[in-house]
Amino acid sequence: MAGVTARRARRQRTFRWIVVIVLGVFFLVPLFAMLMFTIREPDGHYTFETWRQFFDWPQLASTYPDLWTGMRSSGELVVLTVALMLVLLVPTVVWVRLRLPWLRRIVEFICLLPLTIPAIVLVVGLAPVYAWVTYFLGGSPMTLTFAYTVLVLPYAYRAIDAGLSGIDVKTLSEAARSLGSSWGTVMWRVVLPNIRSAVLSASFLTVALVLGEFTIASLLNRTNLQVAVELLGKSSATMSVAVSLAALVLAFILLFALSFAGRRRGHNRRPIRETS
Amino acid sequence: MTTVAHQSDAAPVDQHRDPAPASAKWRAGWRRGRQLTGVVPFFAFIVVFLVIPTLVVAVGAFAGSDGRPTLDNLSALGDGYIVDAFVRSIVLSALTAVIGAILGTLLAYALVTAKPDGILRRLVTSACGVLAQFGGVMLAFAFIATIGLSGFVTLFLQNDLGVNLYSGGVWLFDLPGLVLVYTYFQIPLMVIVFLPALDGIRPQWREATSSLGGSTWQYWRRVAMPLLAPAFLGSTLLLFANAFSAYATAAALVSQGSPIVPLQIRSALTSEVVLGHQNLGKAMALGMVVVVAIVMWLYAYLQKRTSRWLG
Repeated sequence: MAGVTARRARRQRTFRWIVVIVLGVFFLVPLFAMLMFTIREPDGHYTFETWRQFFDWPQLASTYPDLWTGMRSSGELVVLTVALMLVLLVPTVVWVRLRLPWLRRIVEFICLLPLTIPAIVLVVGLAPVYAWVTYFLGGSPMTLTFAYTVLVLPYAYRAIDAGLSGIDVKTLSEAARSLGSSWGTVMWRVVLPNIRSAVLSASFLTVALVLGEFTIASLLNRTNLQVAVELLGKSSATMSVAVSLAALVLAFILLFALSFAGRRRGHNRRPIRETS
Repeated sequence: MTTVAHQSDAAPVDQHRDPAPASAKWRAGWRRGRQLTGVVPFFAFIVVFLVIPTLVVAVGAFAGSDGRPTLDNLSALGDGYIVDAFVRSIVLSALTAVIGAILGTLLAYALVTAKPDGILRRLVTSACGVLAQFGGVMLAFAFIATIGLSGFVTLFLQNDLGVNLYSGGVWLFDLPGLVLVYTYFQIPLMVIVFLPALDGIRPQWREATSSLGGSTWQYWRRVAMPLLAPAFLGSTLLLFANAFSAYATAAALVSQGSPIVPLQIRSALTSEVVLGHQNLGKAMALGMVVVVAIVMWLYAYLQKRTSRWLG
């Protein structure tokens, strides 16, 4: 039996390395090609001019103003969308759990609905709505935050709902209320700290979605990071490839770092789950 | 937040219960109404930014350019070039879903046999997260830099091996190119959605099979495959829906012509040359929703079957 297990483990190891190496080559070649594309001149010489420009931020803003505004508006959209998502979703989901349980399935259905509506379809319907948004709030890219909140609803709802299932909201809020705290205090000081990791993961999904969104911004004629990069591709191919590579690598480093943080948070949460 | 705080007096307080039943009933109804105000902001937002857009598409698909109800837009979906776009979209999505599902399963299985907290698994799942969800425009540029006309691999093959990648015409900006680039984000998505199902397989099941005298083949054929089949099919459907709804990569890659439906919708939205084109876009959008809704419904059904054993 032990011999069979050892043989199986060896076979699995061989299989694992073959698959990882073959697919690894498939995934790394385009990334390597991106790097070569940014440092190789047509005559075969190597130059780091593109990267020197990329890291010279004040200069970058004046050479590629569109790229700079795109980066900035994506950054601001991230903050706005996370805030709007949390303000809209957390109190509603908690309130429905506590006071309006019959609404729960309806809220769930609504939140998961955007999964069946592709962004390209949503933008068709959003175009007339955004004509009004532009009329009332102006044509700033920041108004995209409404559409992005809709896009992120399914993922954020699932994360927050899972977090709330892990704690006993009813008992916690009744205890807090019977000790005389207001609903605001219950939300801010009792419920939120208990679902911190769910809120964090909902926010993280929102950040990833907002930074990667292209469809809606592009078709509603507003500039964000992705639209700016796409535009840049038409005028300066090397720089657009450099920005793309930098964004992919940065996102990877962030996710990789988060895979360690996520594990630790999971350990912290376990005692709460067991007592509830 | 403020709306909920403002609800503080709506909590049911028992000593306030009225002895008279009619009054109590009225009071309960009133309380319920006041409780509902707590969800008003959420529903108001949903109506404006989700319900109205959906209605715009659904109603617009049946309205002529004069606003009168008509089936012209829907019958225009039968036009040759739109049917072609739908067929190409479905072929592209199905092909990349199947390729992505098979290769993604191999990669996911390789990860499951590795250490759960090991560095390999963390590296690969993080990379998959980036490529599956963040890519879009950037993946298009990655492939232009790789196998574009002056791409790294194109030039390498041409100068060092004497192979012309494009002897049969430039295929990167057409359907074959889209298949290649889509595969690049479909495989990672498969890893992400299929890994939990593979993690649900318990080693005890394998031990039970071998203690009953079953071979490796029999274990896979009779135990693991039937258990994983619904999850595999469900994930493949999710990949199909993902490729079918994808827009950014194709938009950045294809600047001339509109081979697939999302790009047809783009040209219907941006060109205002032909009167009444706007509503044709809505009809195509409705067609996309129907396809995705069917696929997602099947997915939800299979998901339910999966969770029975591997949840």
